[in-house]
Amino acid sequence: MKLNMVEALNLCLKQEMERDSSIVVMGEDVGVDGGVFRVTDGLYAKFGKDHVIDTPLAENGIIGTAIGMAAMGLRPVAEIQFQGFDYEGYHQVVQHMSRLRNRTRGVLNLPMVLRLPYSGGIKALELHSESLESIYIHLPGLKVVCPSSPYDAKGLLAEALDGQDPVVYFEPKRLYRAFKEDVPEERYKVEIGKANVLKQGKDVTLISWGAMTYVCKEAVADAESQGASVEHIDLRTLSPCDWDTIAGSVDKTGRAVVVHEAVKTLGFGAEVAARIMERSFLNLKAPVRRVTGWDITIPYPRLEDYFFPDKRRITKAIMETVSF
Amino acid sequence: MYDGKVDYLQILDKNGNVDAGLDPGLPDETLDRMYRLMVLARLWDHKCLMLQRTGRMFTYAPLEGQEAIAVGSVLAASPNDWLFPTYREWSIYHMRGGPLHQVNMTWMGMEEGLRIDKALRVFPYVVPIASHLPHAVGAAHALRLKGEKCACIAYCGDGATSEGDFHEAMNFAGVWDAPCVFVISNNQWAISVPRKNQTHSETLAQKALAYGFSGIQVDGNDVLAVYKAVKEAADAARAGKGPGAVECITYRMGPHTTADDPKRYRSEDELMYWRERDPIKRFRIYLEKKGVWNRDYGDKVNGEAAKTIDDAVTKAEAFKQDPKEIFRYVYATMTKDLEKQMKECFGEDGA
Repeated sequence: MKLNMVEALNLCLKQEMERDSSIVVMGEDVGVDGGVFRVTDGLYAKFGKDHVIDTPLAENGIIGTAIGMAAMGLRPVAEIQFQGFDYEGYHQVVQHMSRLRNRTRGVLNLPMVLRLPYSGGIKALELHSESLESIYIHLPGLKVVCPSSPYDAKGLLAEALDGQDPVVYFEPKRLYRAFKEDVPEERYKVEIGKANVLKQGKDVTLISWGAMTYVCKEAVADAESQGASVEHIDLRTLSPCDWDTIAGSVDKTGRAVVVHEAVKTLGFGAEVAARIMERSFLNLKAPVRRVTGWDITIPYPRLEDYFFPDKRRITKAIMETVSF
Repeated sequence: MYDGKVDYLQILDKNGNVDAGLDPGLPDETLDRMYRLMVLARLWDHKCLMLQRTGRMFTYAPLEGQEAIAVGSVLAASPNDWLFPTYREWSIYHMRGGPLHQVNMTWMGMEEGLRIDKALRVFPYVVPIASHLPHAVGAAHALRLKGEKCACIAYCGDGATSEGDFHEAMNFAGVWDAPCVFVISNNQWAISVPRKNQTHSETLAQKALAYGFSGIQVDGNDVLAVYKAVKEAADAARAGKGPGAVECITYRMGPHTTADDPKRYRSEDELMYWRERDPIKRFRIYLEKKGVWNRDYGDKVNGEAAKTIDDAVTKAEAFKQDPKEIFRYVYATMTKDLEKQMKECFGEDGA
């Protein structure tokens, strides 16, 4: 069936909740209203108020109570309306969500999913356009995923709802309704921790995830028309990252460009570049290049397009790296 | 000013005189257990301080003076109830049947102490203040959804009532009508900051009223009052009547932790005032009047407690940790990257 990302996520939640009655969806406006992006549309009517909970407006309370539920054997899927609102709840993520398993020597697992609509480009208000995945990747004990397509969105969520570890699920909201693609109706899973080689190439490895993957695909077409052969890797999982696939590709191409929407300094691109240095230094023909958001506060909508990496910047970085 | 009056309950006064009309009339074996647990908690506390002072334990948070709250509430709870203690009530794990050496181990710097037996239904304590309270509320929802008839009893101190987590937990509990009881140990001090500087509210119990459920203040050094108030609140929660809050007025006799010096911020007179209100002393007098306590009995209880404590210390100190445990529990299945880091850490990477 042809689905956009919102529809794919919605179908996945519905199927998983039918399969597993321990799944509880919770957050602000996720019930009657179906979520501000409609990801949870129809679930309240189908599964009722005890399984689809319109919580009070308190991000910390949402994550904190979800932790308590998960420790007692439920599988909460907690939605924070925008990733930029999650700083209110981040202390529960740091102090408990990422650590309870280790603290109790594996006795109490937290099989929960924290859904964070992230990314800009939708002309939203301040703190509605954040991409701070690094602060979650920085925490041992969490898995962090970020799909770039409806297919991956459904498969990664099904996988997250089948595991024992807490998963932070970054949803690129600018891709929510950007395109539809063929998505199997039946249940399938996309492995957490496995990158996806979107396209083979021999001159340069382009690494992206989430919303930027879509922009990167346009840049790849551009660069190829200029004679570069680009291998494009969509990470899909940021923690644990698939370093083997990256190293295998860079050992082959000898060059790498990493693209993300988050600010440059201490963005995940820095880690990717460092890992490439550790594993592929002698195979490198050019410095690893980063194309990222600038180290500034994300501008309000009128000027926000200056912030995000676009096709022009990515293509330029690819071509300069290839001809270095 | 709004008059948010709440009831106050005291059954045993500071001299051990009982209010006969309020006496819950507990059987002798329950009274015996209460006394034994309070004595054990105090002697254990003294032992921990000694261990810390002699370098055999890391930073420790003493509980002297607050024994009645842990003991009264644990005995009031049904075995099905989940308890969510703070670090100052971690001995609850032992009161629920867990081995005492495990309680020691956390203070001796070993996560092993928090490898809880889930059947005992005690949530592992955490260091951050109030942050476990939302967990208790979520747990209460989960257990109700699973059809279990139980309450979640969550502990916190007076300082914790200033935290956002406290308010969010109370609010969620109210909105969800969650079977939860908040036991607030108002021990007058949050390290050096007195209770009056935490909130302008007259009582901490009245905060429950703002969230749509009832709160009661009790003499927290009166084990019978704590027992009765927590039992009523937990019974009500289990019966589907929603959450409750019990503010236990008590006093932290010792320092906040072994790293603290209370002489910097409070007077000796204040300490003496509270020493006269000691929870164990008054309960002993009550038991003596009832014919449960005599000197021989007291000596026997002390002796047995001392042996239990010594055994627990020996066992905790003898425990051999496997250093690889530091990597083992981060994820359900260790990641490839962590496997490599573990080998590097233990010199098994061939380097």
